[in-house]
Amino acid sequence: MTSLRLGLVFVSLVALAALVSLVWTPYPPAALDIAHKLTAPSAAHWLGSDALGRDVLSEILAGARVSLLVGVIAVGVGLTFGVALGLVASSVGGGFEDLLMKACDFAYAFPALLLAILLTATYGPGVFNAILAIGLANVPVFAKLTRAAANASLSREYALAARAAGRGPAAIAVEHVLPNIAAPLIVQATIQFAIAILAEAALSYLGLGAQPPLVSWGRMLADAQGWLFVAPRLALFPGLAIAFAVLGLNLLGDGLRDALDPKLRARA
Amino acid sequence: MLSVENVTIDLPTPGGLKRIVRGVSFGLREGGSLGVVGESGSGKTMTALALMGLLPEGARVGGAIRFGAVDLARLDEREMQRLRGDRLAMVFQEPMTALNPLHRVGDQVGEPLRLHRGLSRRAALAAAVDLLARVRLRDPEKLARAHPFQLSGGERQRVMIAMALACAPKLLIADEPTTALDVTVQANILDLIATLGAEGGMAVLLVSHDLAVIARHCADVLVMYGGAVMEAGPSEAVLRRPLHPYTRALIAARPQVGAPRGARLQAIPGAASDGGVGCPFAPRCPVVLPVCHAMPAPVVALPNGQTIACVRVTPEGRFA
Repeated sequence: MTSLRLGLVFVSLVALAALVSLVWTPYPPAALDIAHKLTAPSAAHWLGSDALGRDVLSEILAGARVSLLVGVIAVGVGLTFGVALGLVASSVGGGFEDLLMKACDFAYAFPALLLAILLTATYGPGVFNAILAIGLANVPVFAKLTRAAANASLSREYALAARAAGRGPAAIAVEHVLPNIAAPLIVQATIQFAIAILAEAALSYLGLGAQPPLVSWGRMLADAQGWLFVAPRLALFPGLAIAFAVLGLNLLGDGLRDALDPKLRARA
Repeated sequence: MLSVENVTIDLPTPGGLKRIVRGVSFGLREGGSLGVVGESGSGKTMTALALMGLLPEGARVGGAIRFGAVDLARLDEREMQRLRGDRLAMVFQEPMTALNPLHRVGDQVGEPLRLHRGLSRRAALAAAVDLLARVRLRDPEKLARAHPFQLSGGERQRVMIAMALACAPKLLIADEPTTALDVTVQANILDLIATLGAEGGMAVLLVSHDLAVIARHCADVLVMYGGAVMEAGPSEAVLRRPLHPYTRALIAARPQVGAPRGARLQAIPGAASDGGVGCPFAPRCPVVLPVCHAMPAPVVALPNGQTIACVRVTPEGRFA
């Protein structure tokens, strides 16, 4: 099976879990049941229950929701602002382009985790601030990629021909350049999606992301830490869920790159 | 209609501005045709781009480019945009990359009409089909719905020409429009451009490195070397009796039909150099004089319209 199909299956399963959790989970994901805490997997709790008696399967399903939400919004923010900045930089050119790209380098050099801590220190922890931090960290990634691809596209003759037909720079950027650089952007978006899920898990693990009662895979890991020797499965299942989602997205990105880039296909 | 007066072009290089074109002048009547000939680096493409206002960023243009009542060298980008694709149109060297691979042929051909004439998408598409028929493409309706990759090189170049013709421009600039095409297709495309120019009273400026090809399709010819005009005049006169040493060398360098097997082609010795204040061709000229290095050659104008920039040519048109 190609990595494209495998990735598509993995990602679809995660999306399916998130959708199912909207209408049905075995138990309410945040419902406590102290009497049945730390039970092993059984017919009643397929993946067991955690230290407060919450059903692990329900939490995993509900956690998929948060992970996807984080990915979609963070990549959306990064794409929107990054692509806009990159296109403007490459269309305007000159010193403005240099300045914008230097600013991106500067933003790149600033650790995303530190940015998240800064935001949560100022506005309080929460999944929204975590998403915002991850999204902002994505902006320079997409800006630099867009600008590089757009410059290559602008140097092609069809861009010059469009100018010779009397088109303005904005119209050329949107109508001629953007469709031609969509492929690398789509691939990068998939990769950044995976990174965003990992980042959210890390932030929630540090207590900077999702707060109870909101369930997230990273928060489940943080909760499981205290019971690592008693019930290692509590860390195993959310860990596997994160790995599964990230692997799926990376396979999808790989597959898309091969499918969208004819030069790579010829070599394979 | 078009009058280029002493145009200079300076391009930015890492070592500062460099003069690529040094004082080029020529004129073009309505419906006229002029071929600009020169080797790589002679400044012929830059001259063409200057007319379109499409020079690379940071380039400086001196002199005047009078087009009707306006000086193209003095227009700002917004005013230039209004003229481009409308009164001025250009066909590029590489038909393979000059069409956007993602847009349908019909949409691209109709684009200038939507832009400059405010036509609706539907009306522009209908006009595009007519234009495709005008450039003698078969089955224009089907072609308008095709994507560029489904077309051959010759077909794509015809599409480019159709796009350039969309708004019935006063001036069509074609920069080596046949370099990327088969020899048999070349003549067809050039014939097409010449015919369309004559039909619509459109002036044609053809840029090429092939003097003979140009001479066959243009009424007048302009020979450039090192950013300056070496010789100009009616094609027939220049080709039959070239007077400038560079033009002579260029013609002598052409492969001859019927030449003995294994005979070497005649090359121009030396390599193109930046030159100083003198004649750009002086370092490679077989009949160079000391004065050639010191100052630009005076232009000799003959009664038949031929002009030659060489000190060795007498006002009577003899070589001394």
